[in-house]
Amino acid sequence: MNAVVQAVRRHAVMAVGVLVLVYLFLPVAVVVLFSFNDVTGRFNFTWQGFTLDAWRHPCRVPGMCEAVTASLQIGAIATVVSTALGTLLAFALVRHRFRGRESTSLLVFLPMATPEVVMGASLLTLFVNAGVATGFATIVIAHILFTVSFVVVTVKARLAGFDSRLEEAAMDLYANEWQTFRRITLPLAAPGILSGALLAFALSFDDFIITNFNSGNTITFPMFVWGAAQRGVPPEVNVVGAAMFVLALLCVGGAELLRRVRTARR
Amino acid sequence: MTALLTTPTGAATPAEEPTVPPERRRVPYLLLLPGLLWLAVFFVVPLVTLVSTSLQTGSLEEGYALTFSWSTYSDVWSTYSSQLLRSFLYAGSATVLALVIGYPLAYAIAFKAHRWRNLMLVLVVAPFFTSFLLRTLAWKIVLADDGWVVGALQTVGLMSDTGRLLATPAAVVLGLTYNFLPFMVLPLYASLEKMDPLLLEAAGDLHATPVTAFRTVTWPLSLPGVVAGTLLTFIPAAGDYVNVQFLGTPNSQMIGNVIESRFLTVLDYPAAAALSITVMAVVLILVVAYVRRVGARELL
Repeated sequence: MNAVVQAVRRHAVMAVGVLVLVYLFLPVAVVVLFSFNDVTGRFNFTWQGFTLDAWRHPCRVPGMCEAVTASLQIGAIATVVSTALGTLLAFALVRHRFRGRESTSLLVFLPMATPEVVMGASLLTLFVNAGVATGFATIVIAHILFTVSFVVVTVKARLAGFDSRLEEAAMDLYANEWQTFRRITLPLAAPGILSGALLAFALSFDDFIITNFNSGNTITFPMFVWGAAQRGVPPEVNVVGAAMFVLALLCVGGAELLRRVRTARR
Repeated sequence: MTALLTTPTGAATPAEEPTVPPERRRVPYLLLLPGLLWLAVFFVVPLVTLVSTSLQTGSLEEGYALTFSWSTYSDVWSTYSSQLLRSFLYAGSATVLALVIGYPLAYAIAFKAHRWRNLMLVLVVAPFFTSFLLRTLAWKIVLADDGWVVGALQTVGLMSDTGRLLATPAAVVLGLTYNFLPFMVLPLYASLEKMDPLLLEAAGDLHATPVTAFRTVTWPLSLPGVVAGTLLTFIPAAGDYVNVQFLGTPNSQMIGNVIESRFLTVLDYPAAAALSITVMAVVLILVVAYVRRVGARELL
């Protein structure tokens, strides 16, 4: 009896933690499961039977694959620009002392403390006042804006953790500044920049609230889901959700595998 | 506090340059220029535009003029105070819930997971890989009147036969808690992970009960994570309108729903702008007050 009490005590926190993970995954499981649903009516809310139809022809739902394409394009452009801007900001903030450093940090932090509705609404008022029609370009602008702070945070964390003596050593060995940057600094910062870029892409691809304010007639994937939710979401939409999930997990798994192979080789 | 999202921070050791040549002094400003320009044009200017819009009067047809009519603020307050208060109530409840269930998870990952640590961290983030809207819609299926959760609760007798979960405030709070839980867990984990487990052993050696050890050692050391996590959960939850739309009812709207419809459907820009500024102001005041109270001022 005492042993049981001991075991419960030792594993209680872990048990709660696992339960919370189950809570986090329950909806994901539902999304995946209902992508195989053999729907008869308009609504994909009750389980009616197994079919692979939605997986075989995901693009038969009018407009959906176009929306996914738009999201991928917006995500790609926004990621490239915000990664570039964010990396430069992070380098300046971590590697340099300059006047206005504190206020710069605050300005970079503020977008993350702004509720999405407020950010979306303020951008819309800007575009309305400037007479700019909302659409693809304004979505890209909005996405760069709200992802850039996350890139800065991610890259900053990586830069803060690295040893500047490595660069000094390179300089001592007669490397010029450019060589030092390209051969030492950039490779060391690369993992941080890469995770910043991935985060930016994920945030952009999934954003709904800010996009909803600035999308005009352009329909991204989340916009498509929002519209479809009023009429009934077809299982093909779940296919896209499930496929993205599997793809992302494969990327994470692949990156981990690559890292292990590399460290094993050294 | 932003940096608490990830791992070690603060220790930002800038390269110490005893004598900076003048041409090197320009480097940080050149690095900053593009990003700051972007933030100025698309973040600061829009916020100023939003404030100015909120003080305008007129109509969409006749155009708006800046008349500094502060009455828009009192008007929207008297009309939408219930939605505003409800937003902060729901967001607050979701934040407390997320802290209560997120803390054990973060603690388990930091101290109990050992070689499963990285896997568990990936699992915390992984739900983000499926669309936020689709996951919220999935809750609609889980909580449906003929779903298994309602069925089980009714069988056990925890719920009356006509009781429902969907379209209740509880469903909305549950959805908000769910959606922003990873934002709570990650900063909590980051601050717990930095803690030396030997401290707990020392507390035990000094005859502290586990509860005392937690209260006097673990909890205070995790406070930066608690502050960061609660803010990162509360702020997006307060502005959210997706959960109410999918899991709530039209008469339990949050302020996000009102702002969205005023801006995009009714096209009543001054009122919508005044509401947005009100939300932003309340959030900022709460953030500052809260951070001061907890005594983690250096975080901001």
